[in-house]
Amino acid sequence: MSDTSQLQKLPKVTRPATPSALSNALVFGWRAVLKFKHVPEQLFDLVMTPIMFTLLFTFVFGGALAGSPSDYLQFFLPGILVQTVVFNAVYSGMGLSTDLGKGLFDRFRSLPIWPLAPFAGLMVGDILRHLIAGTIILTIGLILGYRPEAGLFGIIAAFAMLIAIGFGMGWIFIVLGLLIRTPTTVMTLGFTFLFPLVFASNIMVDPATMPDWLRAFVDVNPVSLMTSAIRGLMGGGVNLGEVVLALIAPVVLTAVLAPTTLWLYLRR
Amino acid sequence: MNDTSPPVKLNAPLDASPNAISARGLVKSFGDVRAVDGIDLDVPRGIIFAVLGPNGAGKTTLMRMLATLTRPDAGSASVMGHDLMTAPHAVRTAIAMTGQFASLDEDLTGRENLVLLARLWGFRGRAAKARADDLLTAFDLSHAATKQVKDYSGGMRRRLDIAASLIVTPGVLFLDEPTTGLDPKARKDVWAMIRGLADSGVTILLTTQYLEEADQLAARIAVIDHGKKIAEGTSRELKAATGSGFLHVATADPARLDEAAGILEQRLGHRASRSTEGAELSILAGTAKDANEALAALVGQGIELSDFSMGQPSLDEVFFALTGQPGADAGRKEATL
Repeated sequence: MSDTSQLQKLPKVTRPATPSALSNALVFGWRAVLKFKHVPEQLFDLVMTPIMFTLLFTFVFGGALAGSPSDYLQFFLPGILVQTVVFNAVYSGMGLSTDLGKGLFDRFRSLPIWPLAPFAGLMVGDILRHLIAGTIILTIGLILGYRPEAGLFGIIAAFAMLIAIGFGMGWIFIVLGLLIRTPTTVMTLGFTFLFPLVFASNIMVDPATMPDWLRAFVDVNPVSLMTSAIRGLMGGGVNLGEVVLALIAPVVLTAVLAPTTLWLYLRR
Repeated sequence: MNDTSPPVKLNAPLDASPNAISARGLVKSFGDVRAVDGIDLDVPRGIIFAVLGPNGAGKTTLMRMLATLTRPDAGSASVMGHDLMTAPHAVRTAIAMTGQFASLDEDLTGRENLVLLARLWGFRGRAAKARADDLLTAFDLSHAATKQVKDYSGGMRRRLDIAASLIVTPGVLFLDEPTTGLDPKARKDVWAMIRGLADSGVTILLTTQYLEEADQLAARIAVIDHGKKIAEGTSRELKAATGSGFLHVATADPARLDEAAGILEQRLGHRASRSTEGAELSILAGTAKDANEALAALVGQGIELSDFSMGQPSLDEVFFALTGQPGADAGRKEATL
């Protein structure tokens, strides 16, 4: 057999200079990009779901909810952006659960690298997903007649806020992904938790028509706070207070769940 | 290439070099189960060391602890001179591990998997690609470099997985059941590869439940059962410890086989087992003298023998003698060593 002799020819190398934590993280980001290249199917979900939601709500419910589809679109479009980002956060958790089931993370954990680097890579993938989905929804919205009154700057600010929201929400699913070995369970559990948060919010309708007890929840629901801020950023008239309120949940989630992630990851 | 006898390094004096791995009293429990229950291990540099045991014996847990993947509940260990508990990062710079389940990204190509790891080790741009290509060539995978790993055969996957552990030549390479699930051809290929690596100076710690594998590859073998080390030595030493060997007897009249078994058991004090075809008895014989006397007793009872032989015990038989249960190879025809 030829393997042995070829193996002898394998040049011996010594370890190159230790790469920085940032360099480690970027390598994992590159992995996320390669995933898009090799598994384009995942883009289908990512693209079709928001398109369907936008069209469905605008044309089926829009007239009844806001008088006309175009009026509703003006209200709904910033909300669907938030909804999409929140739902998309589930992909990292599923990917992580898959990787852990296959032993890939054992390899990463046995390497002398920055321990959080694999998670930073997941986040890079998430951010790309948010940008792709957000751009598609905004484009459809513009075609259908949505007018972002705060202009280009408003859109850029809103997308930055969306990435912050996605980053914060992503930790929830990363923790679930570390705890649960079956990717579909991560998704089911995630959606069970997210559905009430997304629907009992001000994304689809103005909470003025809701019963008081529900309104009390909707008003403090972090998803509502995020939606109000995005509406303000894109439509103009945002105030600093709204932005701060919207960022509370992502900041708290990151502050609590990033160390939890590291602990869960290193403990075994 | 040398297919049957263990590497020549086998008899090198063990105290001449410092150990690659030195562990004392390692313990790891999962709930009520003590998966590893106080294991000491000394692995000299540059040899292939096999940890042999049945499923659930604690082999994988032991290896995961030494590879910094699982934290021991008690005990201490050093790997390539680095303390496992206080300097896990330094340990990681000196080791590589190929787990039981392919630790590869199935969606990426073989080459991308290697480039990814090379970059994580600190190779930049072109150097990372060059290292990946060197490894693909060495492991005979160049033809599949741009194929996604999910389309690889079991043998190719294993080879890539081992290649992924050699981005930087490790001091110690951990291989967890490197040939489980492979067909005989792929298994032989992986064996050859492991020998090649050992020849180039890498210390290899492998776990296996195949007695044949340990016998073929390893200079030293530790037998693990229920989280404890029950024996350790060269394969020759383990066999010798079991007794001088097995006595195999066939009677001319098959009807008298039971009678013969009774006499042999009484004489030698061990249980006789029948061959699967039922025409031959095998029994552990203490010494050649004991075996001779037992044979004489058979002849004395007028039992005519059509055949008899004395053989070194196989590791199967060693394992049986040590644990009271047959080894994983017991049922397989190819298991004769």
